[in-house]
Amino acid sequence: MAEQPVVEVRGISKHFGEGPTRVDALRGVSLDVYPGTVIGLKGPSGSGKSTLLNVIGCILEPTSGSMRLNGELVYDGKWLRADLRGLRLEKIGFIFQSHNLLPFLNAWENIAVTRILAGASPAQAKIRAIELLTYLGIERRKDAMPGELSGGEAQRVAIARALANDPRIILADEPTAALDSQRAGTVMDMLRKVAEEHRSAVIVVTHDEKIFDRFDHIYSLRDGALEPPGGAAADTLVPQ
Amino acid sequence: MNLALKDISHNLGRFLLTCLGLSLLLGIVLAMVGIYRGLVVESLGLVRAAGAQVWVVEGGTRGPFAEASRLPGDTREAIAAQWGVAAAGGVSYQNIDAQHRGQTKRLMVVGAQIARPGEAPLVVEGRPILRSRYEAVADRGAGLAVGEQIRLGRDMFTVVGLTSGLVASGGDPVIFITLRDAQKLQFDLAPAAARRESARSAGATGTTNTVNAILVRLLPGVDANRFAQDIVRWKHLAALTQEDQEAVLARSVIDRARRQIGLFTTLLLTVSTVIVGLIIYTMTIDKKKAIATLKLIGAPDRRIVGLIVQQAIAMGVISFVTGAALISAGHGYFPRRVVLEPADSAALFGVVIIACLLASALGVRTALKIDPASALAG
Repeated sequence: MAEQPVVEVRGISKHFGEGPTRVDALRGVSLDVYPGTVIGLKGPSGSGKSTLLNVIGCILEPTSGSMRLNGELVYDGKWLRADLRGLRLEKIGFIFQSHNLLPFLNAWENIAVTRILAGASPAQAKIRAIELLTYLGIERRKDAMPGELSGGEAQRVAIARALANDPRIILADEPTAALDSQRAGTVMDMLRKVAEEHRSAVIVVTHDEKIFDRFDHIYSLRDGALEPPGGAAADTLVPQ
Repeated sequence: MNLALKDISHNLGRFLLTCLGLSLLLGIVLAMVGIYRGLVVESLGLVRAAGAQVWVVEGGTRGPFAEASRLPGDTREAIAAQWGVAAAGGVSYQNIDAQHRGQTKRLMVVGAQIARPGEAPLVVEGRPILRSRYEAVADRGAGLAVGEQIRLGRDMFTVVGLTSGLVASGGDPVIFITLRDAQKLQFDLAPAAARRESARSAGATGTTNTVNAILVRLLPGVDANRFAQDIVRWKHLAALTQEDQEAVLARSVIDRARRQIGLFTTLLLTVSTVIVGLIIYTMTIDKKKAIATLKLIGAPDRRIVGLIVQQAIAMGVISFVTGAALISAGHGYFPRRVVLEPADSAALFGVVIIACLLASALGVRTALKIDPASALAG
């Protein structure tokens, strides 16, 4: 039996303002993302990539459409869960362009805090944090503060933080933008590893052409709509 | 994992420096309250030390601490003969400048009768006055030692004993001498002035046997109010109970100082609140990205609010404790007595915590308005 998509987006639209000032940021976007896949979202500035990421991340409420995350219908013309932060904590991991590690916590604490927020004890959270740092190969830097980490190390810690609660969805906003080719490749390898070993769906917003070949599918957004598919993307895209 | 403490320890130097500045401000607030308490203790100290239950003063006046009161010295005998009186003693009060070791000392001279109400209370060093002339018991605040001599007016007095913490409401240390010496000090004129006065009032000699008040100690079971009412029937006398006397002092001397210090304390607390508010707001702005990230990964609002409120309270607690420690260590260097009472400190601590909670409101409001999506912006 075929696996169900982890992210199912159906006819999602989002507009800002009304009348002559109305801006259609997303126009009827539909998208399925399956477990173990890494997909890319590309497009020019203002095409709606970040808006789509914010909608899937339950940060921004769409205007219409429906969305199912890990099998749970979370939006159907309105949010169906009041506790969207709890939803994010439980189902989604975020990776940012600049690592966004909390400057007052060291590497393992940055990872553990996500686990603690989800209800784990500090001791359990620390064990999990060290496990993830070991998994990503930077256990020796566990006590380093963010300012003491290199760009690549910081991004690995950010990936570890995104994995802390074993989310099925990982949203990454230009995670390689601040890295050189080699480090960008390493980060993408890690995201691939995470997707395959954790059976997660990884959605990456990127402009970085040097990593385009690392995705299972790349979707182009233009003026808030997904462009007609080409190549490998065809099987997961529902064209408008 | 306490995020507030983690953030504080990350910027420990800056946080502690801020607390130090705030602690000085809160220390001054505490000192102001202590100065007020000291003023009350000092003002009432002399009245309470007299050990009287009723003060008989000049008719139509409120006693020597509020206005001029002068009575013939022999009134004491009339009062002492009243039913219910255990002891009565005439007292006089006068401020003088005395020269001592090349310095001018401002002293409150109390003239009292030996072994009668009004004489020097608990002598902590040396002995009470036993001889009728030229002996003195001084407060330690006067800087005199037992055996030392000091010139008061035209006579030299030997300090035979010391009291502790006994000053007038103006802060002048008290020195006790016998009533007879005090009357001489009050009315003795320099030779030239005496000759002129003698020429002006040839043949007429005014009495110098006057007192400012007669202090009465009653027998057990005698009602002081009733006794005072009986005395007032003598039209030329007025009588106040000890409570009345303290109330008069509180109204005339302390009340204005209390209002002044109260206003100043309120202003300082308001300034402290504004400062804490601005510091917490600035700290929140510095953490905008971190707060957006926390919200994005799923931290509930109570965690964010907790982060800010706990920092504000930590700032208040550290600053208050440091300020209190500074004032406790340094209150002896104040020229007037500073009385730090635990109840005042506890009340001020409560006010500081409330002020910190109020001050954190702006930071909390700002934090709650931070859009989690802003964490995604480069």
